[in-house]
Amino acid sequence: MIIRKMLFASVAIACIAGPVSALADTSGKKIALSNNYAGNSWRQAMLTSWDKITKEAVSKKIVAAADPFTTAENQATEQAAQIQNMILQGYDAIVINAASPTALNGAVKEACNAGITVVSFDGIVTEPCAWRIAVDFKAMGESQVEYLAKKLPKGGNLLEIRGLAGVSVDDEIHAGIQAGVRKNPQFKIVGAVNGDWAQDVAQRAVAGILPSLPEITAVVTQGGDGYGAAQAFAAANRPTPTIVMGNREDELVWWKQQKDKNGYETMSVSIAPGVSTLAFWVAQQILDGKQVKKDLVVPFLRIDQGNLETNLAGTQKGGVANVEYSLEDAQKVISAAK
Amino acid sequence: MRISTGTIRLVIPAASLALLLAAVFYMQPRAMSYTGLNLLFNLAVPIALATVAQMLVMAVNDLDLSMGAFVSFCACVTATFLQASPAVGVLIFLGAIAAYAVIGVVIHVRELPSIVVTLGMSFVWSGLAVLMLPSPGGEAPGWARWLMTSRPPFVPMAIVASVIIALVTHFAIMRSSVGVLIRGVGGNVRSVERAGWSVIRIRAGTYALAGFFAVLSGIALVGLTTSADANIALRYTLLSIAGVILGGGEFIGGKVSPIGAVIGALTLTLAGSFLSFMRISSDWQIGAQGAILIVVLALRLLLNRLEKREKSR
Repeated sequence: MIIRKMLFASVAIACIAGPVSALADTSGKKIALSNNYAGNSWRQAMLTSWDKITKEAVSKKIVAAADPFTTAENQATEQAAQIQNMILQGYDAIVINAASPTALNGAVKEACNAGITVVSFDGIVTEPCAWRIAVDFKAMGESQVEYLAKKLPKGGNLLEIRGLAGVSVDDEIHAGIQAGVRKNPQFKIVGAVNGDWAQDVAQRAVAGILPSLPEITAVVTQGGDGYGAAQAFAAANRPTPTIVMGNREDELVWWKQQKDKNGYETMSVSIAPGVSTLAFWVAQQILDGKQVKKDLVVPFLRIDQGNLETNLAGTQKGGVANVEYSLEDAQKVISAAK
Repeated sequence: MRISTGTIRLVIPAASLALLLAAVFYMQPRAMSYTGLNLLFNLAVPIALATVAQMLVMAVNDLDLSMGAFVSFCACVTATFLQASPAVGVLIFLGAIAAYAVIGVVIHVRELPSIVVTLGMSFVWSGLAVLMLPSPGGEAPGWARWLMTSRPPFVPMAIVASVIIALVTHFAIMRSSVGVLIRGVGGNVRSVERAGWSVIRIRAGTYALAGFFAVLSGIALVGLTTSADANIALRYTLLSIAGVILGGGEFIGGKVSPIGAVIGALTLTLAGSFLSFMRISSDWQIGAQGAILIVVLALRLLLNRLEKREKSR
């Protein structure tokens, strides 16, 4: 009898202790994604990446659940309500792409007070108790000029296509480009237009300014505007300058065609929508008890002449080149911030 | 015992709120606590105030399409001027309330459709809000934050505030002589005019009162969010109209119910949480929210018809 009991007990202990020791401490934790908008290709890719990576993590029992929620109307008050609902639903961590950097602070504070880990990315929140995964847009702008300085040591005239006026991302990329030009005085920005990150707007804007410009050696961009710029140059019968691309599928296809035709060379840079998966792993690491700094910087995704084909093959039609992050990538980002 | 029409008007919204609440409690037992109720309803407080403001405008047979923009503007004032130099903030609010009164006068004197005037004003308010806060930020005044996050014993702040709003407006609109005049202007302008009242003054006063409640809504909202941005409350235009209708008010003026309006605002907020707990995808959520509205309105139509049959018998 006693032996039987002991056997039972040891089996029970083996059953409980076995899996626990083999897995991370976060196997019982639930993570939620609060997303404010899903209406463009970048956000769709972001949600698909989240789905793919988190489903795998859930099936491997790294976390118990990772549910995405998107608000219907892209409004801060709606997202604040959504976050408060998540607190009630008992999530251990909330990953946020925020509609407003400040208007969610009240709800984020409530979540922190309830002992919930809050990680914001892309659209970050300013509440100090939350973690922020931001993109160094300034470095992204600067890297464009640095690339051009290497490729065109003689320098020349630049045309700058900016994004949507009044949005902080536009200011930051612009500041980075200006800093790059200051370091490389052989380049001179002779014209700037607002392309609003859309090919049709960029094409119209570039076509409008082109007649007044001298010869352009290169075009610095913000993403989503390179293809439109190329079309405008072609329509005006002007030689195609080096146009920095922004990882959109139409841009990469155009680049590939030019490359095959006449060996056209450029580079492409933007943030990968898969940054949502990086935020997921960071949240998982924080739940695991790791010390993580509150402000992290996400690397941007750069495509060069050599890896164009592989990136293009992995990009959906009408989509954006993407990369999904693994646990190891997240650990690298975390240790880099220390 | 005869049940008054006013009571019947209240039955449907109250019943739908109770039903939704029961469903939420069933799905998420965690919500059945002090903190849970507060989290469910605290964002409903500014919506309830905006709904009351909209109800006042609807009581005089008008519609305010600038409600969301105006509440956003008030939120921006609260997070900037009212916080930094309260006197200036109060002055701006008084000016805004006066502007609302002027809008009422203009609509009345020029016999303009209120929808057009308020739609135009919504751009003015949005523009002023952007001028004040070009990028999101600001800080909530300490007292507003304290008020919205205070924890009264037994009943959470969100519920206490809703009950106070409902009772105060009920007595002001349904039980006072001023309230009778306001509803009279919406129901039958001529009879109010012939009785010797100045309709223009009543309308101006009603608009000013609506502006006052919208100001309170902005302050309450910033008290919850801790800071503001120029687009923070754009949803409130449609939410406030839906809240009034859901709570038993009608577009034709004169027929409003303050308690119902507050219940309507709570129901709308709860409907959002309910759908989120149901795990309905965001693509369907607006549709589902609309479906809830239609069901409630259909129920009311049915009840109205029964009521009429009762009367004609």
